Amino acid sequence: MVGDSDRTVYLDHAATTPMRPEAAEAYLRAASVVGNPSSIHAAGQRARETMEQAREQLAQALDCDPVEVVFTSGGTEAVNLAVKGLFWSAGPLRRAVVLPAGEHHATIDAVEWLVAQQGAEAVELPLDATGAPSAAQLAHELDARPGEVALVSALLANNELGSLAPAEAIVAAAAARGVPVHLDAVAAFGHVPLSFRALRAAGSPAAEEGRARRGAPGAPGAGEAGLAALSVSGHKVGGPIGSGALVVARGADPTPLLHGGGQQRSLRSGTEDVAAAAAFAAAATAAVAQLQAEAVRLSELVRRLWAGIVRAVPDAVLNGPPLDGPRVPGILNVAFPGADGEGLLYLLDSAGVAVSTGSACQAGVARPSHVLLALGREEAQARSALRLSLGWSSSEEDVDAFLAALPQAVVGARR
Amino acid sequence: MSGGVDSAVAAARAVEAGHEVVGVHLALSRMPGTLRTGSRGCCTVEDAMDARRAANVIGIPFYVWDLSEQFAERVVDDFVSEYRAGRTPNPCMRCNERIKFAALLEKALALGFDALCTGHYASIVTGPDGSRQLHRASAWAKDQSYVLGVLTAQQLQHALFPLGQTPSKELVRAEAARRGLSVAAKPDSHDICFIPDGDTRGWLAERVPQEPGAVVDREGVRVGTHSGALGYTVGQRRGLHLGAPAPDGRPRFVLEIRPARNEVVVGPQEALAVAQLAGAAYSWAGAEPEGGWAGFDCEVQIRAHAEPVPARAWLARRAGLPARPGQLPGTAEAGGPAGGAGAELVIEPQEPLLGVAAGQTAVLYAGTRVLGQCTIDRTISADALLAGAGAQRV
Repeated sequence: MVGDSDRTVYLDHAATTPMRPEAAEAYLRAASVVGNPSSIHAAGQRARETMEQAREQLAQALDCDPVEVVFTSGGTEAVNLAVKGLFWSAGPLRRAVVLPAGEHHATIDAVEWLVAQQGAEAVELPLDATGAPSAAQLAHELDARPGEVALVSALLANNELGSLAPAEAIVAAAAARGVPVHLDAVAAFGHVPLSFRALRAAGSPAAEEGRARRGAPGAPGAGEAGLAALSVSGHKVGGPIGSGALVVARGADPTPLLHGGGQQRSLRSGTEDVAAAAAFAAAATAAVAQLQAEAVRLSELVRRLWAGIVRAVPDAVLNGPPLDGPRVPGILNVAFPGADGEGLLYLLDSAGVAVSTGSACQAGVARPSHVLLALGREEAQARSALRLSLGWSSSEEDVDAFLAALPQAVVGARR
Repeated sequence: MSGGVDSAVAAARAVEAGHEVVGVHLALSRMPGTLRTGSRGCCTVEDAMDARRAANVIGIPFYVWDLSEQFAERVVDDFVSEYRAGRTPNPCMRCNERIKFAALLEKALALGFDALCTGHYASIVTGPDGSRQLHRASAWAKDQSYVLGVLTAQQLQHALFPLGQTPSKELVRAEAARRGLSVAAKPDSHDICFIPDGDTRGWLAERVPQEPGAVVDREGVRVGTHSGALGYTVGQRRGLHLGAPAPDGRPRFVLEIRPARNEVVVGPQEALAVAQLAGAAYSWAGAEPEGGWAGFDCEVQIRAHAEPVPARAWLARRAGLPARPGQLPGTAEAGGPAGGAGAELVIEPQEPLLGVAAGQTAVLYAGTRVLGQCTIDRTISADALLAGAGAQRV
């Protein structure tokens, strides 16, 4: 029966992963205490203390300074603050936004809105066969538009394929040309090693040069060249849904989406959700602490999964990066040629196995993955794909239960 | 589950009858609107949400299946091309024929389901020989057997209409309220679902450009100018702006639209009375009636809520009969004996019928039982039939 969580084999951790016990505990502890972190009295100070501990904890997990962490309501808000905010603060001459194909809809739709409403120009970078953009292509596009690019925005890890972007090279290429970068690290954080400091450093020698080329600070469009912002989400690492953060480099000045009480460097007004921040920080700390061991464990599970799939469905096709190279360890995107993803999802669901076909619209319709279409797949091929994603609570039994249900589902979905 | 009250109650009754039920909402539009306006539409996010909440209350799994591509090809494009050909299409009928009981049913059967259960008001009766027959609903006012007239024996084999024996819609609403379904008081939808503002003419005008042309009488003499032939309806009297009256001073009506020549034919009211109609795209809702070729007595109904009229019907050969425009493989026509090469179903009502246009569906009944249907290709007016069937309106 659908909805019977005891019997559900959950292979959709990239959609959302179960809340970690330490996150739930931190949430309950913080939520049961009264206090607005902006209040001056003792209750307010206690709330502020919890808030700032969470900020420090998350900063440590991200390897950035606490002041750089701006908590948001989730990944989507963080991405919107970065993309729109950096576009708005770039000034009237910088109208281009460069982004790879196959970005998350939070980025695509924000950029489409900027194009439709704000006179922006979108410049799309192609993806290679594994789903990664190229830094050389980026350099080429930036060189073609000197002084015209407001920002580069790219997924650090693709949430549907598990592919990794050459983040350091992207940051270096943009920094050398005086262009700020936003990295969407929602699918990467807690799953692959990530250091905001190291990524910024990748651009720093070049950024000096870029700053010189670009003019003095304070000149129009002179924001932060190189890595300016990085977005993360709480519920992808075992924190609560409704929590997220944008890491904003000190010198970056995105225009805020929300105006109000001036909280969090005035970049995100609104009373901070102390409990969500505490829970997110706890989950992130746990995820990062276990990252190396989990990467090994999940890679093994994914190899077992893929081997079983190929045994059951010899013509199954792996979408995205090869299993033996760098990738997000828990994500496996597979096409079952001739099968209908919608039917596969239904048959697996009725067998108690939760998987994903990619994105769904507001009404709940499974759509052919725009990421697979960006890789040049035909619509029918894209519709035959499933994204399987494993996480901290996944086990060998989950993999085997999926493999047991798969053959019959594929037969049904191919009819 | 459309998100309306009927399909929600039908699903609940199917569960109670002991079936293992899964709720499916069809996404038929690629760009669904976000919110319902008035009572219209079956493709909105709000309707999908209503259907989902009803499924939750009933306690069944729920999915939204995307049939928008098939819907666009087989229903919307067909609607436009039929209109462009000067015919009067019925998209709800095409949706039952080609989407709900074709694309959806096929997908459901492939996924292991046995039947498609809908909230239509119609009944299925098992005949003495064990075959399934389609009948009118017991609530005549809500009867929807007309729009199901396209179903074949094979499709009826997999159809379930739990509302067929409900005496009235009010009882269905009351039952929905009793079951805690929030759609109990939701207004009925009446319009074509893919034309959300209900302005069918405006929607068509955007897709089919129209140019002024000649209004002619039955002899071909030009009697006026129209603003675009497709904007007129057979039987229309007002808005012809002919200036001079007819020689005999009597009012004139639109008799025919000739899209190929962009002409509107007008004439006296008696020329509107149709004595015979025929169509090559026919199907039987169950077994073919005995005496199909020799002729059989029946009643014919030409609109969803028209009165059935006693008639005689028979199958006839027509040499060189072209395939009906828009006829698709894999639709109901392919399932039964329908549309047999060179054959057509001819129907002669006892009393001439008014307001019949090509493209409409004629459904044949024997009492409450649906015998079958055809899409009307041509009609012959009463006076033309008297004059020796010389002037067929095609």
